[in-house]
Amino acid sequence: MVRYTLKRLVSLVISLAVASVVIFLAIEVLPGDPAAYMLGVNAQEDTLAALRDQLGLNGTAWARYSTWIGGMLQGDFGTSYTYRTPVAEMIGDRMQVSLPLALMALTLSTVIAFPAGILAASRRGSFADVLIMGITQLGVAIPNFWFAMLMVLVFAINLRWFGAGGFAGWEAGLLPGLKSLTLPAIALALPQASILARIMRSSLLDTLTEDFIRTARAKGLSRAQALRRHALRNALIPVLTIIGLQFSFLLAGAIIIENVFFLPGLGRLIFQAISSRDLIVVESVVMLLVFAVVMVNFAVEIAYALVDPRLRASR
Amino acid sequence: MSDPRTHINPKGVDLRLWRQVFSSRSLALGLVLTLIFTGAALLSLIWTPYDIETLNIANKIKTPSAAHWLGTDHFGRDILSMIMVGARTSIAVAVVAVGIGMTFGVPLGLFAAARKGSVLDELIMRANDLIFAFPALLIAIMITATFGASAVNAIIAIGVFNIPVFARLTRSGALTLWQREFVLAARVAGKNAARISFEHILPNVTNLLIVQGTIQFSLGILAEAGLSYVGLGAQPPIPSWGRMLADSQTMISFAPHMALFPGLAILLTVLGLNLMGDGLRDLFDPKLRRARS
Amino acid sequence: MSLLAISNLDLEIHGTPILRDVSLSVDPGQIVGIIGESGSGKSMTAFAVLQLLPNGAACRGRVALSGHDMLALSEPALCALRGNEVGMVFQEPMTALNPIRTIGDQVAETILIHETVSRDEAMKRARDALNRVELPEDRFPLSRYPHELSGGQRQRVVIAMAIALRPKLLIADEPTTALDVTTQAQILDLLTRLVREDGMGMLMITHDLAVVAGMADEIVIMQRGRVVERGACPAIFSALKHPYSQALLAASSHHPDRDAHQAAPPLLELRRVVRDYRLPRKTLFGPPQVIHAVRDVSFAVERGESLGLVGESGCGKSTLTRAILGLEQVQGGSITLDGQPVFDGQVVNRAVRRRMQVVFQDPYGSFNPRHRVARLVAEPFHLLESPPQGAAREAAIDVALLSVGLTADDKHKYIHEFSGGQRQRIAIARALIIKPDLIILDEAVSALDVQVHAQILDLLADLSTRFGLTYLFISHDLSVVRSITDRVLVMKSGEIVEQGPTAEVFDAPRHPYTQQLIAAAPKLPDSTAA
Repeated sequence: MVRYTLKRLVSLVISLAVASVVIFLAIEVLPGDPAAYMLGVNAQEDTLAALRDQLGLNGTAWARYSTWIGGMLQGDFGTSYTYRTPVAEMIGDRMQVSLPLALMALTLSTVIAFPAGILAASRRGSFADVLIMGITQLGVAIPNFWFAMLMVLVFAINLRWFGAGGFAGWEAGLLPGLKSLTLPAIALALPQASILARIMRSSLLDTLTEDFIRTARAKGLSRAQALRRHALRNALIPVLTIIGLQFSFLLAGAIIIENVFFLPGLGRLIFQAISSRDLIVVESVVMLLVFAVVMVNFAVEIAYALVDPRLRASR
Repeated sequence: MSDPRTHINPKGVDLRLWRQVFSSRSLALGLVLTLIFTGAALLSLIWTPYDIETLNIANKIKTPSAAHWLGTDHFGRDILSMIMVGARTSIAVAVVAVGIGMTFGVPLGLFAAARKGSVLDELIMRANDLIFAFPALLIAIMITATFGASAVNAIIAIGVFNIPVFARLTRSGALTLWQREFVLAARVAGKNAARISFEHILPNVTNLLIVQGTIQFSLGILAEAGLSYVGLGAQPPIPSWGRMLADSQTMISFAPHMALFPGLAILLTVLGLNLMGDGLRDLFDPKLRRARS
Repeated sequence: MSLLAISNLDLEIHGTPILRDVSLSVDPGQIVGIIGESGSGKSMTAFAVLQLLPNGAACRGRVALSGHDMLALSEPALCALRGNEVGMVFQEPMTALNPIRTIGDQVAETILIHETVSRDEAMKRARDALNRVELPEDRFPLSRYPHELSGGQRQRVVIAMAIALRPKLLIADEPTTALDVTTQAQILDLLTRLVREDGMGMLMITHDLAVVAGMADEIVIMQRGRVVERGACPAIFSALKHPYSQALLAASSHHPDRDAHQAAPPLLELRRVVRDYRLPRKTLFGPPQVIHAVRDVSFAVERGESLGLVGESGCGKSTLTRAILGLEQVQGGSITLDGQPVFDGQVVNRAVRRRMQVVFQDPYGSFNPRHRVARLVAEPFHLLESPPQGAAREAAIDVALLSVGLTADDKHKYIHEFSGGQRQRIAIARALIIKPDLIILDEAVSALDVQVHAQILDLLADLSTRFGLTYLFISHDLSVVRSITDRVLVMKSGEIVEQGPTAEVFDAPRHPYTQQLIAAAPKLPDSTAA
């Protein structure tokens, strides 16, 4: 287990290092002169030079890269060109919206998907199975931002149960904050829950055809007992893979959904930064999001080993 | 197993296939939905009910009527016509993105499987893992941040994300095939890895690729809609379903039809493709077919 | 009263008849063997007893297990009987255990399901059950996971689960088919001992007459869902009445007609061949582990000879096959065909390779399902400098198919249109098409039903006389090797431990391992050999 974790940890660090190089190259090196890009075509040579100086763009690419990484490792993400505030501070503010939103969506989708998938698999071919499969088929196909718009139309504009957008802020208390994140979280969670429920179902059905399920039944376990005690944990392995992969979709989805609901999260920040050509912010937020995805995948790999003793022992 | 000698007529295979296609409701429904939207996209090349490039402000935001079946938008353009042309954008982006994924991913996967355990295999797989850390949206954001927004961005962003999907699938499919004795027999016949990959491995992973292709196609349509919605995809005046939804957002309280129909178009296209993918998988996978009966 | 009485049992699955009018009975302490080829319905009979049938199955008739009418019981009542009154052991020990739960946990589960005892108590009794199947505590603590055990050990765990509650009836469905011959003998001994100790009844299902001949009290022979013959064992073997049972017995002890081999110059020669595999490092800095798959193996096959290579799984015989075929390079020694090395420097010597071909075990995995037979059979032409084209190619394909007893028309078909035995004929046709000198038969008849198996052996014997072929016959099945080879090599842990004329080695084995192998191999009663 220790060896396994160490090995994953090494590959995690390598992934992050390579990802940071890719991001740095894409944003700071490929386009030529970032300063010229940020100021537009009509910039004066002396303002350009001043900006280059301010952004530390005068060194070699390697020197700039190491400054950027070194800074991030110490929590210094640079200074936003447009807002003139430390990027770390901006990210910190925005995380107060984005992180709870992602957690709510992930919890919601798992809480919906697991029981639905298990029910569908254990009562295969029943009315419940057909219904769940039908709903999830729609859930997989629905664009989440459109679903979000429809919910705004129904629950905010017509029924007036929720606000149509914006964030109440945590200062006003936990409930108003959670309330303004409810619709966005549902919009994010529904398509993910649909995918997860379908995977859960098919993985369980696959596991139920395994020989060891027959062995369990021959021991005297009922169908339900065999499913609960033997199929479920085995079926979890592919489901975990999907949860890990889904996180990146969840993140991307969150960026879009924040726009539907005008939530001041990382997604809004990144679009504001793009339109104001604030490359420093774009660079750091992208790196942060990639970091989140890689960390979640690491967690999933550790979870694999907890579920499967074969992984713990080998390699 | 029934007597294997009963199917003498080789053409009989196709007949049975078509019967199966239509006996599977999800496959038939998926096929019909996909054909409708592809047909609409193709038709829009030569004809649309109204011209979408001329604005008619006097006729703006009309609810559905006999003249405009799906109503008009805030510039007085016919929404049905817009959806038909938008289908073109969506389908084109998704097709090219799947094409990129397959062109790079499949050979990489075949290669990695043929050289399993080598440094190159390891490198290809690690690179794949890395790409998975960059959702299409992040790639689009990075490209847009430096090169500006365009439909090409969307294609590249979605296409790049498709490469590891196909590379992994091809590799895992190919790895099980490399264990099969017919591949060993081909090696005994002196064939090299490249030749075996194309003669024996590739034809036996096509079913997998077709099924995954339909699924990636539908994901591509969803992704394109999302990117265009946030302005990272197709730019005006090119009509796209995502942009139509973005335009409708501020008017949703008094013109819900502007939001309803483009969204439905996305939903139905994606649904059709998914149903088709599921149906094809059942059709190709005899194990699943047996389990269904 | 019988412990298990099946009378007039009919079984249909989705309307397809599987069993017809099956009747048999098992008394306490009695071992009843059910024998049949694949598709005879023998396994379904077992599952019908437990009522663990696939969806869409419908039974008629009567199955009485110690007085319970199994066909009439509710599902909860059946659950209470399964594992308690009747235990079951399956064919595939590698997949029969849950990979992510410990063996102790899985054995204890049988007890916990049926009795209200504490977990500690259940674990203690699981320990007893594991001890009874000879998995002692010091080497096999309850905390072991299935992947840490070998196939034979896993089968013992499955048996421990089945007997933990001392059921009255034990059903064993091909319990040793997937195991090596020495392991098979141990498992059969274990099962017999447990049955005798507990006075259990046992229903033993197998395709191998010899396996049950040694242990069963009564034998039931099934064909196409029907019982064709029943009788006490071993008396039944000398008095078989039904033509099918007679054919089955004849095929089981079949010896193809072969001419004795005359001394000839060697065709294939191996000198001091060594093949090592490096395992991935276990620790970061330690030396990499090395497996010596083949160590210092030397032998020669004479032209026109049929040489057998016998060994259990993992002994290195597959590695050796691949080395001879030039699929893998060896690290030491030389392999030559007619004096020409198989590997010429780093490159495979094509001139040598086109003179040998191979037939594999699996008649289903040996062919690309997307190609027609003509293309499949013609694949080795790739080895020739100028392969025949057009009519000559077609003619060569026809000749190859005809020589293995198929028709020229078969070349237009796909492989799924053929049965297992026919596929194996196609595999032989593929090997013959470039007129090789040497054919390596890698477990070539192991996956076939016994009658088909006998036919293929006859075909091979016939082809070798007609074309002057040399065979290297690799198998774990001693009876097959005995019936078709002139000389035999016995391989263990990468080394040849004994070699000599087949009859001599089998009648008077010198090496202890060979003696052990031959003693372990199940034999038909002597009276039937004639």
